[in-house]
Amino acid sequence: MKRHWFHFAAPSTFYHLAGRLTPWFLGLALVTGVVALYWGFFETPDRLGGSNPQKEYYRIIFVHVASAWMSMWLYIVVAAWSAIGLVFNTRLSYMMAISVAPTGALFTFLALFTGSFWGKPSWGTWWDWDPRLTSELVLFFLYVGYLALHSAIDDARRADRAAALLAIVGLVTVPIIFWSINCPDPNQCAALHQRSSMSDIDGNILFGMLGLTFAFWMYSFATSFMRVRSIILERETDTAWVAEVIDREAPR
Amino acid sequence: MMEFLAQGGYAFYVWSCYGMGAVLLAAEIVALRKRRRTILSRLGRLKRMRDAEVNE
Repeated sequence: MKRHWFHFAAPSTFYHLAGRLTPWFLGLALVTGVVALYWGFFETPDRLGGSNPQKEYYRIIFVHVASAWMSMWLYIVVAAWSAIGLVFNTRLSYMMAISVAPTGALFTFLALFTGSFWGKPSWGTWWDWDPRLTSELVLFFLYVGYLALHSAIDDARRADRAAALLAIVGLVTVPIIFWSINCPDPNQCAALHQRSSMSDIDGNILFGMLGLTFAFWMYSFATSFMRVRSIILERETDTAWVAEVIDREAPR
Repeated sequence: MMEFLAQGGYAFYVWSCYGMGAVLLAAEIVALRKRRRTILSRLGRLKRMRDAEVNE
């Protein structure tokens, strides 16, 4: 069993596995994304709530919540691969960490952007130093810092270890973002984000949110596999198996 | 159809969000494909150079 799992930890094996899986993940992302958005736009009410309703702009919720969830989850994935790399000293783990991070940064930016465009019609402001907005912005800077630190160190293995340490220390922001809406006293910290719970959400809206999250999740598999394949080729250039890949796949 | 596009007068906010999302995700895929092609053609060039040296 042990041997079986470490089989795929070899970059040469994983390169081919990732190549075979990528189109499936991309296709799955496209199909579930279209279904989730159709559901979100056509099977949901136009307005929510009573005296101060959320009007049509609440439909930003699908892309906003899905990208915000992915931003946190992918950061946990980066930190986990970093930790595995530091403990077992496996090359592929570090390569996965650095492959997931750009997509995580993209989703963090998208969560902030869509939050801003939802905040303007809903709260009357593009930005406020609300605890959740602020901590999500910190997460974006952590992604950027992680990628910048990695690219600033020339030696790949040193860069891997230094950036891995930063990723693990930065993990502290994720629970802060998660619980930042539970402001104990509104006079102490004015939280604009409302508390929410799965059971309060309209079933059709929840379906759209979870569907788009699943689509983003599949998309993240696809992009990190595409990226890790490029990184493997760069780092394993002098091996015999890469020479074979070049003979087969490189343009003449 | 027009009603759908108008989103109750909030078209600017709603479509900005979905537009930005679509552009970013598509751009990442395009960039990744381009990166792969660049690496493969560079490695292919290097390998042909090396093979040529061996044959001389």
